[in-house]
Amino acid sequence: MPGASAGQVGSPELRGLPTWRRRDRLHGYVFVAPQVVGTAVFVLIPFLFGIVLAFAKWDGLTTPHWVGLNNFSSVLVDPVFLRSIVNTVLIALITVPIGLGLAIIIAIGLDRIRGRTVYMLCYFAPVLTSSVAVSLIWQQLFRADGNLSEAFAKVLGIAPPDWLGDPHLVLIAVCIVTIWSSLGLNVVIFLAGLQAISPSVLEAARIDGAGPMTMLTKIRLPLLSPVIFFSTVVAVISSFQTFDTVFILTKNGGPDNAARTIVYHVYDIGFRRFEFGLASAASVILFVLTIVVTLVQMRLQKRFVHYES
Amino acid sequence: MTATAMPRVRTPIGVHLGLGIGAFVMVAPFVWMLLTSTKTLHQILIEPLSLIPHPFTLENYTAAWDAVSFPLAYWNSIYICALVVAGTLLTSAMAAYAFARIDFRGSKVIFGVFLATQMLPMQVTIVPLYLVLAKLGWIDSHLALIVPAALSNPFGVFLMRQFIRSLPVELEEAARIDGAGRWRTFFSVILPNIKPGLAALGVITAIGAWNSFFLPLVVLNSPDLYTVPLMLSQFVGQFGGINYAMIMAASTISIVPMLIAFLIAHRRILNSMAMSGLGGT
Repeated sequence: MPGASAGQVGSPELRGLPTWRRRDRLHGYVFVAPQVVGTAVFVLIPFLFGIVLAFAKWDGLTTPHWVGLNNFSSVLVDPVFLRSIVNTVLIALITVPIGLGLAIIIAIGLDRIRGRTVYMLCYFAPVLTSSVAVSLIWQQLFRADGNLSEAFAKVLGIAPPDWLGDPHLVLIAVCIVTIWSSLGLNVVIFLAGLQAISPSVLEAARIDGAGPMTMLTKIRLPLLSPVIFFSTVVAVISSFQTFDTVFILTKNGGPDNAARTIVYHVYDIGFRRFEFGLASAASVILFVLTIVVTLVQMRLQKRFVHYES
Repeated sequence: MTATAMPRVRTPIGVHLGLGIGAFVMVAPFVWMLLTSTKTLHQILIEPLSLIPHPFTLENYTAAWDAVSFPLAYWNSIYICALVVAGTLLTSAMAAYAFARIDFRGSKVIFGVFLATQMLPMQVTIVPLYLVLAKLGWIDSHLALIVPAALSNPFGVFLMRQFIRSLPVELEEAARIDGAGRWRTFFSVILPNIKPGLAALGVITAIGAWNSFFLPLVVLNSPDLYTVPLMLSQFVGQFGGINYAMIMAASTISIVPMLIAFLIAHRRILNSMAMSGLGGT
């Protein structure tokens, strides 16, 4: 049947094609359909819907009405939200360089070593642990009357730090947990990158008289730079989404909202106060921030990243 | 000094020392969790600096086990995880096959937009996503955790496409000459040949689905439907409070099966997770 009607139906660009080519094109659409439709329904449409919502006032029950830019103007003068932006950016500025820096150093150390597997078992265990369990463990470790604080106080001869109750320390506590729980993943990725460097390149450099330090700075790190760049982009984006740790570790964003992040704020106004419009406006601001920072990184990449030709 | 001659064998003690300190920092919290979970609350409160449980007790485990239904949470997590992984592998490989091998109009544009949606993490769209899920009647339903996760995985499609593109075209041509269509080619030629890729994507997806917290927190209300992380979060205020030992026992219950799986399959898991660093753009 499909063969018989081949000449009459179909779009003009399909008309001149042999039947199997036409059916093959259809196959293309059918094969991509589940993922493409799924992404449209669960990512793209919510994203566009969110932008529209950002200009409305809606609690999910009554009729929404347009408020123009009011959501943005009220969110942007809200000191709590501004605090959450500062906190989010601080978390990125602290966790990304320290976390990736440590991971690079550890990966270099692991690159040519015996007993690598044992180390990897240790470094990777936190990655497999749910953020809730990780946060619960650290919440106990951070307790002012707990082992860590007491030991800290004994060694330094100070009063036990109240990590989660002190507005100056709570953000650092969140950063420590974030770095601890994501370190292993970055180590695995960097280690794979280092091991992918062809031995002949390293051999050639050695024959040319390069010492271990020159090899590291002139060969291994430049060859690893695309991986470092990609991991940086991913790490920044994921640090911008910090939520789980803050939700478990702190009560309502910490003392003075000192650990409240943008996503925590969105959750708070969206799902506790049901101000969907306001929450959407905050989300849009988070999205713009993410895009701008990612584009800046893409720009910088040209200067710092070395791609093998 | 023949320092540069044989770097592979020469492992300076300093390197081991540094890596060892790092490893200690990574493992110590887990050990501390185990120790705390077997202490009495009395010991924790009276002697905060003592590390070794005396007396050793398993009461915290029975208390945590009785407080919430861990078997139910485990069942929920396991079956959600299994369906998300199965759905992701099938649909990602299908889409990847089309993007890699089938010449259809708009394929490049669709692929580009599709990959760009990686810039839209769920945290950014959570409010409207919640409303879409509500419209579908999926609030307080596992469907909200299964369907979106299984049907939208740009990274998975990207990764599978890399694997499919590395296969020789001759494989498929041989199948086509034998009269196989696209479907049969996909199931009997493509899928068997990208098993390592499917395994890697399966591991990456499973870990993500297993540990997911934000979406379950937002969409699930009934404790009967809770996944393991969500069930564990109940201990923050409701059941835990000051009972630190029980909270650590509950954490241990939630962590140990995953860590045992890691010990058994660490090679596969580490190799798979290394692939999550492959650029998605």
